[in-house]
Amino acid sequence: MFDSPTICAISTPAGIGGIAVIRLSGAEAIQIADTVFHSPVKGKFLSEQVANTLHFGFILKGKETLDEVVVGLFRAPHSYTGEDVVEISCHGSLFVQQQILQLLIDQGAILAQPGEFTQRAFLNGKMDLSQAEAVADLIASGNSAAHRVAMNQMRGGFSSEIKMLRDQLLHFTSLVELELDFSEEDVEFADRTQLIALSRKVESLIKKLTDSFRLGNVIKNGIPVAIVGETNVGKSTLLNALLNEEKAIVSDIHGTTRDVIEDTVNLNGVLFRFFDTAGLRQTTEPIESMGIERSYQKLEQASIVLLVLDVTSPLDSILTRIAAIRKMVTSQKLILVANKSDLATEETRYNLSEVKLTKNESLVFIAAKSKDNLAALIREMQSAVSLEKVQSEDVIVTNIRHYEALTKAQEAIGRTIAGLESNISGEFLSQDIRECLFYLGSITGQITTDEVLGNIFKHFCIGK
Amino acid sequence: MSFQNEYDIIVVGAGHAGCEAASAAAKMGSNVLLITLDINRIAQMSCNPAVGGIAKGQIVREIDALGGMMGKITDQSTLQFRMLNRSKGPAMWSPRAQCDKIRFSEYWRIELQNNERVSFWQGSVVELIVDHDKVIGVITEIGIKFYSKAVILTNGTFLNGLLHFGQNRMKGGRISEPSSVGLTEQLINCGFVAGRMKTGTPPRLDRRTIDFEMLDEQVGEVGNKFSFYYRNETVLPQMNCHITYTNEAVHGELEKGFKDSPMFDGTITSLGPRYCPSIETKLVIFNEKNSHQLYLEPEGVDSIEYYLNGFSTSLPYEVQESAIKFIPGLEHAKIIRPGYAIEYDFFDPTKLLHTLESKILNNLYLAGQINGTTGYEEAGAQGLMAGINANLKIRELDSFVLLRNQAYVGVLIDDLVTKGVDEPYRMFTSRAEHRLILRQDNADERLSALGYSIGLLPEYLFNVYLKKSILVNTIFDQVANVSVKPEIVNDFLIANDSAPIRYKTKLYNIVSRPNICFKDILEKNTFLKGKLEPVPSEIFSEVIEAVEVRIKYAGYISRENSIADKIKRLESIKIENKFDYSTILSLSTEARQKLQKINPETIGQAGRIPGISPNDINVLLILLGR
Repeated sequence: MFDSPTICAISTPAGIGGIAVIRLSGAEAIQIADTVFHSPVKGKFLSEQVANTLHFGFILKGKETLDEVVVGLFRAPHSYTGEDVVEISCHGSLFVQQQILQLLIDQGAILAQPGEFTQRAFLNGKMDLSQAEAVADLIASGNSAAHRVAMNQMRGGFSSEIKMLRDQLLHFTSLVELELDFSEEDVEFADRTQLIALSRKVESLIKKLTDSFRLGNVIKNGIPVAIVGETNVGKSTLLNALLNEEKAIVSDIHGTTRDVIEDTVNLNGVLFRFFDTAGLRQTTEPIESMGIERSYQKLEQASIVLLVLDVTSPLDSILTRIAAIRKMVTSQKLILVANKSDLATEETRYNLSEVKLTKNESLVFIAAKSKDNLAALIREMQSAVSLEKVQSEDVIVTNIRHYEALTKAQEAIGRTIAGLESNISGEFLSQDIRECLFYLGSITGQITTDEVLGNIFKHFCIGK
Repeated sequence: MSFQNEYDIIVVGAGHAGCEAASAAAKMGSNVLLITLDINRIAQMSCNPAVGGIAKGQIVREIDALGGMMGKITDQSTLQFRMLNRSKGPAMWSPRAQCDKIRFSEYWRIELQNNERVSFWQGSVVELIVDHDKVIGVITEIGIKFYSKAVILTNGTFLNGLLHFGQNRMKGGRISEPSSVGLTEQLINCGFVAGRMKTGTPPRLDRRTIDFEMLDEQVGEVGNKFSFYYRNETVLPQMNCHITYTNEAVHGELEKGFKDSPMFDGTITSLGPRYCPSIETKLVIFNEKNSHQLYLEPEGVDSIEYYLNGFSTSLPYEVQESAIKFIPGLEHAKIIRPGYAIEYDFFDPTKLLHTLESKILNNLYLAGQINGTTGYEEAGAQGLMAGINANLKIRELDSFVLLRNQAYVGVLIDDLVTKGVDEPYRMFTSRAEHRLILRQDNADERLSALGYSIGLLPEYLFNVYLKKSILVNTIFDQVANVSVKPEIVNDFLIANDSAPIRYKTKLYNIVSRPNICFKDILEKNTFLKGKLEPVPSEIFSEVIEAVEVRIKYAGYISRENSIADKIKRLESIKIENKFDYSTILSLSTEARQKLQKINPETIGQAGRIPGISPNDINVLLILLGR
């Protein structure tokens, strides 16, 4: 058995389900899981648990709780792959799945190739040949199809733009190699100023693409909208009105919604993902305070924040609330949702309208219970999403594998630029450029092998 | 079958490959018969009177580290030593030596003669004796049979060699030496695939007729050498090279001869090296350049011959003569031997295993130019590996293969047997994906222990390495722990354009600064030197340099190592003869054909075959049984 890196992937079908399973396999699976999994039992580590057991706990990203999960623990060789395996059952939201997956990758796991778990299962003798052969056929077809899909996805100039920059980089590498292999004098064939300019161009393109991943995620998984407000101002009622179903627990008792509830809904063609949050109210009640903590964190992830206000409360408290939320909402769109408008006094209406709004803010009067003026709110939310960013010819990276490759390429080109600026020797530049070429090539399907050398021969004349 | 005619291993050819093969096999315990066309021409430098250069110098250091002889013999016959690329990072530093070609040949002969397990035979092998797909001996041109457990063919350019001087052609393996015939036809009948290659050499000039006064001189460095182990007792008088250039008048003269050039009139159709073109090819490819650099290189202390590097040609003698008259410094130069091109047979190296044993005939090894390579260093490396592996095989021991992340020798052989050759193969650093760890300074660190473990590198030499290695580690640890006060180093730092330190700083951090030379600090600062383990003066530079490289390039080297480690696991998965690729329908058609042809030994090798995609590799991995 050879020493394979630890791999991870979402093992349940793509999409939203009740729960999802993320699988980790490899020698470091348990160790990696331990870095993100926290049991409510103090000092309990997965690495100390016996095989074939389930454990309840939380997935933490730094201090932030991503999800409550149940973790299944399997030890080599008694697992699907024959290696140490950890299966994390989390909630089914795409967002949560992707976040946990990314966290595991940050901790050193590698995203599994299609069929890699099966491959390992076979390599470790967990499957017979005929079973594996069937899987092989499936994977071979799956990959080329997946590649086509990916290429289609990258319509417009993306792939050709990457290809063009990659070709230019390749040309430059050849010149750098030429300096290294074909001359004993200190001749520079590759103009460093031009190379810096080109590297910057590549870097900014890659950055544009990695940035688009967030946008791509938004399009795929919905625009995140946080609903906040004091308890009992009607947040859950609003959410239910938008969702048209009884997802959140709605009651008149303050603080009924104890946890973040997430759901997506397609409103006039735009997908929104709502977090209803526990009320932002100081509380000593322990379970609720945890929910509140999370509400604050959710604010940061949201693109739109809906601050639900009860217009029947005293004006002072409403203004205090607005002032408080403004401190927490910096770059996002903030919509002040004046709920229970049917019960509002003229005076309150007037005073609220007088509140000075920044260009990131707007005010809408609604009555969630009767769904009055809900359409205005939806319009406001849609206008908040600068959809002009998402033109049809724009390239959006939605594939986490592409994202991973782009991130690696970005690191490599960053090192190239730093190296060029400090005037390091060509062989180090070459290492970084080649790495960048490799990752860009893994997206466009080009292979670097021998390309560099082939390119060299067009240009050189040998010294000694 | 008499005892006189029976050996463990027969080596055919006594060039750079044959000599290393014979020497290594004999040192490891085999009785070796070395057959050569001319016993007076062992290890000839048929072309350039130099060893090493970029990427090639690294190979020589590797041969030496493993226990081969090329490094030692080069050191003995060095006329000028230079470390190329000093201004670049350590992975690019490449040792190169001009050699006295007569001494080089002599020292090789002495080296082999001093080994009582090496016997010699002057003659030409015309046939292999084959018994059930296994080679058991050879037959010479006068019908004498020699028997052995293994045969290593290192025929160089001698198989059906054809020399071109303008329109004149003659058979020969080298100027004034006969070629050998017969073997090619037999090998083709057995299933080998032969091809023709072409290479060329420039004219040799009479030193007494060169006007050196007006030429730039290129001076070497003294005290450096190739071998990690051997001290050089006698040093030859050092000589310089000179630099000159062609000009438009020279080009005009050369162009007059194009109509008679075998390169252009279709006579020579074989593949020549793209990277080492003849002067006439350079004029055509780079027709925008009106000048090309040339080097005048001495061929020996007692020789008046000078090698005109950069002027390889197969144009008629008269054209060479009239063109040379226009080159500065060569106005009165007389040609001693004209330049010529040579065409020769080579065999598709994809028919070989990584041990260089043929896949077609058992116990037959091919090494050197016969495999489509060019260069003494590339040949020597293959000879060494063939000699080692032939010896191991007849003793029924495990084979010895170097990986691509272990040595250029590994890159070389893997490229040959995996990708084949479509032009004479020369090593470049860009062929090595792990260039930063395949350095000339650490060849001993990479290979000494391996050379010792297979029984090639003797214990007393291995101890030389161990002693150095312990010193390097000790000093590395000390540098990491010793702190230096500002007043101790600030003068030095300021003098070297480096920011002075304000507080006590670890010596490690100072050495890691880019424009600080560790050796310089120690030489200027005996107090600091006194804090470190004393190093004997003869290895001082070597040890200090090794520590410095480890510190300065730590980041790059560790990244390269981790990339190499990721790839390594694929090399450990053996797949040879496990599949009938033509029946695996989930592979692409191209992949099926290529895999069937190469029959790769490992998954890693399969992945390097041109045309094999990552998908194909996944399919193979899945199909692999345990």
